[in-house]
Amino acid sequence: MKRIKRILERTIESILTVSGAVTSIAILLIVIFLFKEGLGLFKSPSVEKGYSLYVNSKNTVNDLDVEDIKHIYDSEVENWKELGGRDQEIKIFRFEEIFNIYSDEELGKDYSLLPEKLGEVIIQNPNIIAYLPQQYAPTDIQGVKALPSKDISIGDFFGGREWMPTATPSPLFGVLPLILGTLIVSIIAILIALPLGLGVAIYLSELAGERTRKLMKPTIELLAGIPSVVYGFFGLVVLVPIVQKVFGLSVGETAFTGSLILAIMALPTIITVAEDALRNTPRDMREASLALGATQWQTIYKVVIPYSASGISAAVVLGIGRAMGETMAVLMVTGNAAVMPHSLFEPVRTIPATIAAELGEAPAGGAHYQSLFLLGCILFVITMIVSITAEVISKKQLNKGV
Amino acid sequence: MNKKLSQRIAFMIFRILGLMVVGILFWILGFIVYNGIGVISWEFIFSAPTNGMTSGGIFPAIVGTLCLVVGSMIFAFPLGIMSAIYTNEYAGNSWVVRFIRIMTNNLASIPSIVFGLFGMALFVNTLGFGDSILAGSLTLGLLVLPLVIRTTEEALKAVPNSYRTGSLALGATKLQTIRKVVLPAAFPNITTGLILSIGRVSGETAPILFTAAAYFLPKLPSGIFDQVMALPYHLYVIVTSGTDIEASRPMAYGTALVLIFIVLLMNILAMFIRRFFNKKLKTN
Repeated sequence: MKRIKRILERTIESILTVSGAVTSIAILLIVIFLFKEGLGLFKSPSVEKGYSLYVNSKNTVNDLDVEDIKHIYDSEVENWKELGGRDQEIKIFRFEEIFNIYSDEELGKDYSLLPEKLGEVIIQNPNIIAYLPQQYAPTDIQGVKALPSKDISIGDFFGGREWMPTATPSPLFGVLPLILGTLIVSIIAILIALPLGLGVAIYLSELAGERTRKLMKPTIELLAGIPSVVYGFFGLVVLVPIVQKVFGLSVGETAFTGSLILAIMALPTIITVAEDALRNTPRDMREASLALGATQWQTIYKVVIPYSASGISAAVVLGIGRAMGETMAVLMVTGNAAVMPHSLFEPVRTIPATIAAELGEAPAGGAHYQSLFLLGCILFVITMIVSITAEVISKKQLNKGV
Repeated sequence: MNKKLSQRIAFMIFRILGLMVVGILFWILGFIVYNGIGVISWEFIFSAPTNGMTSGGIFPAIVGTLCLVVGSMIFAFPLGIMSAIYTNEYAGNSWVVRFIRIMTNNLASIPSIVFGLFGMALFVNTLGFGDSILAGSLTLGLLVLPLVIRTTEEALKAVPNSYRTGSLALGATKLQTIRKVVLPAAFPNITTGLILSIGRVSGETAPILFTAAAYFLPKLPSGIFDQVMALPYHLYVIVTSGTDIEASRPMAYGTALVLIFIVLLMNILAMFIRRFFNKKLKTN
């Protein structure tokens, strides 16, 4: 009996031990799945899977990079000369056009003659560029040249200035506008929230009486508890029209509106962490300052604030981290234009908003899907850095207290 | 003279800032309550959306959120408590504990949309659960795990050490001490973790976007592999992409009010429990 009991006890203890590691396992799994899907992007061809670009073999252009392809299909580049080829106008040939040239009978049963006919078209037009499914591709036909398909490169992703994940034939995954959008929105948010939050933290830790504190702390907790969709809704219905009116804009959904709503959302974090840091200042330091004839305010800004500087910076770092990862509220009020931001009063798109807005439409396993996971990886890495930085900073503060 | 004046100005500013923060909360709450209270009725709570979500109610969304809350708690609550018991009662103060704490903090700081991505990759695609209550609950459970662990740890820490030594001195084993002495004493505070998690889970949108939430479903879910509507997602949908955004505005106010009511109720409840039982523990 006793033995069974002991075995049981051991089993329970080992279960407890295993569950102690649950958060570490969770993080490990998140890393594995995020990066597995995300890094797949760099193995995806830069044109859509199953498609290739074909040109006449007399064409001296041998390969095109993603930007060139986009320029051709946007009619920004209209001559092969600009791409290093002969002086010929570029003729774009779309797959469907073959059905206008040949009748169904000419294309044979089950379209078996389709590749041959496509080949004929390409041979007849030396200035042609054709975007065709590989299934019907005119391979092994003399006079037709397939442009080598390149993988999406790391440079294309991190250095690209255009985010057009659904463009055909070659989608653009330039992440710069999204990173910039995220940075602008969250940094402005913190610039707004910091003075406000610090002021409230000083009020709470230095001025407010016990009763006011007891009322205000829960209020701030409640502010942190409001769901982000509700913030987004509030922002959309209240702040967007205000911003539009005050700044005389044509649309109120701008980076600045996003910053405003994020500032409100970051306030509780900033206030709580900064207040803890301020309260951590030893009593004798305050008293020494007061004894030297300083006023309370002088003591606060010459002794208490410098002393708790690292704690306050932890608050800032944590606030930025919160702001960067915030999804729904930002998605609802920033207008979602994935372009390089030029001013605060234009629509922008942040990384989390992009994931939320596009993942639903991206087919699983495709380049678009992978690119969104890679955005998730970026976000993950940023928040890890933020969280570790904050930890290091606040440890410094703690050591000071000793 | 000058010193005093600058102090007075500074303190006045801080006081105004303090008031402002309270003001912001009441502005948001007041705005939603004022506009939403007229919409709330039995019919709104207990019927399904009609006419392209411009009228009717939000019953399927409430049920869906309830399913997700229950599901995620079944997953996160036992796991979180066990994890906290291990770190607080067994592991001492070794590097293992420090590592675990850092990991828990890190998990807590990961943005919710990343949980959504992860849930989609693992639960929806790899394990093949599809968009379902199960996938959504697991994702949300993982999201609130750090919250459960942290509140449980705090609750365990609040139990005086004399309780433990007393029980051990009477010949109880460690596990018996935990089960019969520590956990009962910490229980009320542990429930605040549960309640706070419920509040958090019912308000989250980003993690369920791709793991559980449906745009519109006329039926209630019948199993854990069904998709569901959920309150926060429903609010997002009728605000941004409904069939007639203007006409569904009142529905949006009503939904926001119900959502905020649930979330804040949980928060306030947790606050009261904490305050009440902390006093009790101290006076003991």
